[in-house]
Amino acid sequence: MDWSGILVESTRSAIGVPAAAYAISAVGLNLQFGYTGLLNFGHVGFMLVGAYGMAITVDLGGSMWLGLMVGMLLAVLLGLLIGIPTLRLRADYLAIVTIAVGEILRLVVRSRFAAPLTKGIFGIQRFAGEFFDLNPLPEGRYGIGNLRFDQRTMWVVIVGWVVAVGTTLLVRRLIRSPWGRVVRAIREDEDAARSLGKNVFAYKMQSLMLGGAIGALAGAYLAIDQQNVGPDTYIPLLTFYAFTVVIIGGPGTIWGPVVGSIVFWFLFEFLDELMTEALVAGWFGDVLGSTDVGPIRFALFGIGLMWLMAYRPAGLFGSREELLIDER
Amino acid sequence: MSAEAHLAGLNPEPGVAKPDPILVVEGVRRYFGGLHAVDVEHLEVQRGTITSLIGPNGAGKTTLFNVLSGFDQPQAGEWHLNGGPLVGIPSYRLARRGMVRTFQLTKSLARLTVLENAMVAARHPWGETLRGAVFGRWQDTEKANEQQARETLRRFNLEHVADDYAGSLSGGQRKLLEMARALMVGPEILMLDEPTAGVNPALTQALLGHITGLRDDGLTVVFVEHDMDVVQEISDWVVCMSEGRVIAEGPSDVLAHNPAVIDAYLGGHHGEVPG
Repeated sequence: MDWSGILVESTRSAIGVPAAAYAISAVGLNLQFGYTGLLNFGHVGFMLVGAYGMAITVDLGGSMWLGLMVGMLLAVLLGLLIGIPTLRLRADYLAIVTIAVGEILRLVVRSRFAAPLTKGIFGIQRFAGEFFDLNPLPEGRYGIGNLRFDQRTMWVVIVGWVVAVGTTLLVRRLIRSPWGRVVRAIREDEDAARSLGKNVFAYKMQSLMLGGAIGALAGAYLAIDQQNVGPDTYIPLLTFYAFTVVIIGGPGTIWGPVVGSIVFWFLFEFLDELMTEALVAGWFGDVLGSTDVGPIRFALFGIGLMWLMAYRPAGLFGSREELLIDER
Repeated sequence: MSAEAHLAGLNPEPGVAKPDPILVVEGVRRYFGGLHAVDVEHLEVQRGTITSLIGPNGAGKTTLFNVLSGFDQPQAGEWHLNGGPLVGIPSYRLARRGMVRTFQLTKSLARLTVLENAMVAARHPWGETLRGAVFGRWQDTEKANEQQARETLRRFNLEHVADDYAGSLSGGQRKLLEMARALMVGPEILMLDEPTAGVNPALTQALLGHITGLRDDGLTVVFVEHDMDVVQEISDWVVCMSEGRVIAEGPSDVLAHNPAVIDAYLGGHHGEVPG
């Protein structure tokens, strides 16, 4: 058993590009779900819009930075589009509509009629040259011991965590302001907030749009790393990864999404490496083959989540005191 | 002149005009299918008084509250606050215009502290806009709001729990908090939906004291109540509803002997089976 190898790879995953991307994505979802109580089950749709908005802009001859703006703006518009019919209704309607919108967007970008813009199932590649041109790191490998990234990955990782911390600080500023207090009041009881003179619809809309724009940023970030957007990346599973991250960290906590993402990607890789090593070491005999590792990893991960829900139901950062409150 | 003096000598009959009405209700109807939940011809509420709205279960008291406060839409009718029409105005705007309500099932914002509960209702919303929250200098007004919130909490004997989560309060304290919160909005007319429901007798007395205190500060209070003893004790004027209509109004001692009111509560003399 190569324990140090397992730990190095798990740590690499915990601080790597997907972890940073999900941290950003979860910051947006946490604003919507954790603080405002909006059940956005289509967060992947906002990520898709961010990535495609950027890629298409570059494909049409625009700059990548303009594209990033376009992607985030499209996410704001998407929030408006989803919010207008649903935010006046009960919370479940938003959940239904968002999950549908996420799927619709994926099917639209992969469809033939949208292909002139989106390139259909092939997607768009190599649009992030401007991002990598800015890389100040000389060629080499950066890190400690066996845990090293090449200069390209290192650059993406650094920018990712800077953005994750930046968006977290923005959300912290908002949540600690009177705006954040109103939003949390709405999460607790919409009618009470209304009776106190707060325009509940407008606040929910703002939260949905802002959280969506942060989700778009995460989508664009992932696309930049891969230099590729393709419709089959944006499956509903991404939304549920983001939810898992938020729940691990603790919904409605400032640093929950960042820490949740680190923990999520660490455990994810850890279980994978552990299973693979155990397989090689012959622990499972003939019972399990290499193709079983993936599914079993998910099963173990699920058990881990259940354990977390049983012993820390408010997430790693959630306060136990808040949980003990009975909702009368 | 005291509130009662203004109302003295008024003819105790449904729809009677008041000398200085703050709220005037005109032909408000709310049907649920074939059920006439509310059907109020005319009703005026005198400024600076405590008016209680009584009636048996299902009389339409809460529905009328919901309609007047913008939480429900009537099929017909209009109502005016200080002469200004309020039809079609969303509930949050009505609150800003000075008509603030509470709820029968107390709505404490459980995972906010008691202080935050009071502050969220504060009237000066600096930093409540997205742009203001990020770029604005809301700290100064925030301090003033906190001071006002603490004073209000002190008035309702809640200052010692200011930093606790509202969800940890007892039922009676929640009622007090809801009233404190409503007061923070700066209302002219306070609509309390069963403020004493589920509250122990000692705290009920304290609550009633607070309500009369608010009236003495110049607020108009309208409240829904079941308990006739409570009504008798503090009301300047009583309005009795039954089956959606106002069937009687008048000073509480007069109304207690009104046959229509007794009928409504006891089920009628005419062989009708209630319900």
